[in-house]
Amino acid sequence: MTAQALADVKVVEFGGYAAGPHIGKLLANYGATVVHVESRARPDGFRLQYPPFADGKPGINSSGCFAHFNDSKRDITLNLKNAQGIALARRLVDWCDVVIENMRPGVMARVGLGYDTLATTNPRLVMLSTCNMGQTGPRADTPGFGSQLTALAGMCNLTGFPDGPPMLLYGPYIDYIASTLGASAVLAALERRRATGRGACIDVSQYECGLMFLAGALFEHHRSGKIAQRCGNADTAAAPHGAYPARDDGWIALSCWSDAEFASLCRAMDQAALANDARYATLASRQANAAALDATLAAWTLAQDAAAAAGRLQAAGVHAHPVATVADLFDDPQLAQRRLWRRQPHAVFGEQVCCFPAFDLSDTPGEITCAAPLLGEHTEQVLRELLGMSAEEVAAHEAAGALD
Amino acid sequence: MLGGIAVLDATDRLGWLAGRVLADLGADVTKVEAPGADLVDAEWRALNVNKTLVELDFERTADGERFDALAAASDILLATPVPGAAAARLCDYARLAPRCPRLVVVTITPFGLMGPKSGWQASDIELMAAGGAMSLAGEPGKTPLRVSAPQAYAWTGAQAAIGALVALHHRAASGRGQQVDVSAQAAVITALSHAPAFVSVQGQTPTRAGAYMTGRSVTGARFRVFWPCRDGYINFILYGGVAGRRTNEQLVAWMRASGAELGALASIDWEKWSPTGVTQEEVDDIEAPIARFLAGIGKREFLDEGHRREMLGYPVADVADTASDAQLAARGFWQDIAGPDGRIERHCGCFAIVDGKRAALRAGGTPAAPVGQVKRT
Repeated sequence: MTAQALADVKVVEFGGYAAGPHIGKLLANYGATVVHVESRARPDGFRLQYPPFADGKPGINSSGCFAHFNDSKRDITLNLKNAQGIALARRLVDWCDVVIENMRPGVMARVGLGYDTLATTNPRLVMLSTCNMGQTGPRADTPGFGSQLTALAGMCNLTGFPDGPPMLLYGPYIDYIASTLGASAVLAALERRRATGRGACIDVSQYECGLMFLAGALFEHHRSGKIAQRCGNADTAAAPHGAYPARDDGWIALSCWSDAEFASLCRAMDQAALANDARYATLASRQANAAALDATLAAWTLAQDAAAAAGRLQAAGVHAHPVATVADLFDDPQLAQRRLWRRQPHAVFGEQVCCFPAFDLSDTPGEITCAAPLLGEHTEQVLRELLGMSAEEVAAHEAAGALD
Repeated sequence: MLGGIAVLDATDRLGWLAGRVLADLGADVTKVEAPGADLVDAEWRALNVNKTLVELDFERTADGERFDALAAASDILLATPVPGAAAARLCDYARLAPRCPRLVVVTITPFGLMGPKSGWQASDIELMAAGGAMSLAGEPGKTPLRVSAPQAYAWTGAQAAIGALVALHHRAASGRGQQVDVSAQAAVITALSHAPAFVSVQGQTPTRAGAYMTGRSVTGARFRVFWPCRDGYINFILYGGVAGRRTNEQLVAWMRASGAELGALASIDWEKWSPTGVTQEEVDDIEAPIARFLAGIGKREFLDEGHRREMLGYPVADVADTASDAQLAARGFWQDIAGPDGRIERHCGCFAIVDGKRAALRAGGTPAAPVGQVKRT
């Protein structure tokens, strides 16, 4: 088997939930060795606080939510309120290349794991800290979850209809913006370290990362004062542009970006004359008569199955795709081609269906190497194999409560 | 951090953010645009700042040769090939690999390079549909929605940037570049959080919940997320855990101090309360007095008082609220640089602060080629 691209990268994660662990998963799926640090007193919040659970019963090792972000990792329990536990954490940090943490600002420093301290013994360390607001600023200490930060960043205000309330985006949407951007920052820091020998201290504000996904709307506001508004599924540059109901209770999303594409749509619907209707001849006229056009399209889509209609429209050169449910994603032949879902044995689920990232490499393809770990599953293995501790040393630390 | 890394960015909107991310991390990014491209568009300006611009007409042989020269001098090529277009031929990995064996070629397409939909075209709305995101946004049973500002392109660009750097990392050891195949559809799936786990673990398909949150109680109870307030909406959710407990206690304390009616809130022991097992009836009883209280609060008041009380929850901000946020100003997030007409443009700054500093956006790779001005080759 070809060595994976990040096979030489060693990562330690402190924290939990989404924003930190998702970075580690992205690196692990391309070969990095990633150790997820928890404690028995305060395990990763995703283990117990949110469904789904195996058999619907909350349990420390039965969380599908935790599993989703932690495949391909090892898990160790360390008691960071215990001096020996902190000492072990320091040894882990000295072993690794990258530390990822998503605790509130100042917490790592308070327990003796701040960057300045860690860098004294590992000056090549790359450490990424990610939190709601970033490590500095008047609201740096604000606690928060991504689902709510998505509202502060503006995405929710831009979801929904003009005359209705804002809409929710699923889960801590913004956390995954920060984690994907954060993964790039870590890799860039490793590149600098390779060239210069210097480590790095990276401060990633999830709020600021989220704004990168609205950079155009923010730029326009600064330029012209315009305040972007939610507008359902409309788009200023395309018409039609929306989601339409299908016969099989599904929906089909479609859009036309030119008059020619609209003519193709009309032909595919066996209504070629529609393209010559003055109400629909241009983008401006289609937008002005959007309600009538949408009703005409919906009348056609309601007589079609979504997947078949999308295939027919794509063959005609029209942008179209069924609105996939989350379950549909597991049956999508395109995603199957990419092996997006990869199965690994799991002690509680029997089998975990893991989600591979959105890219792959031609020469050193990534892989899901194992299911998400049980709490503390690899504590002894990590201490002995990665840190070189003896069985007696491990037992002594366990007796001292350092591994709780 | 990517000083000395040269990136050739031959992308359309699907890949713009990838180049911006690499530029923000220090790479020298050369953006290729065709003659007549709309360089005034806000999205273009926001996501192509920090890059040097080169105009190339891929239909012209001479410009094709210039492209090859640029590729040969680059470490990373970002491309969004459209089948049949001249640019697709120039960016083809099989053609480039023998000429530029160290080049990392990041090929970004709607559905990926192989598979039954590899030839399908898709814009933001089809990608949000194909990736499952639209099925999770909107009122239950009603029209699935996308975010009114395109998101799929950004999800794709963000993943592409990681792919580029993973391949670059490997090149340091192997000396060889390789191709990175990025699927925009798969990139959108990142936005679904743990929703797929409901299907694989419990056989349930999550659905859109409008202004409510589901998936937090095993009873299926839904929790209100958006609460009308005096000047818009507030996002507030009844959480469990340590942080949720403090928030709930502080909200009740705030309400009590304000003389608000507490209703069912008065008798709850937040030390023991958890959302995991509560019923819808219990949720409704708890939420009624909260709704009455928040209706009289303003967005900024909630932000300030919520921060003072260390509560979870935020106002639902529009871009004007964001533009005036003191937190962003204090961290130097906004950066002003001269645009093509000499007027100052305000941009989102680099997304990360490294070693205590946020790198300044560069107004072009060389003084002669400020961003937004066409540097004709």
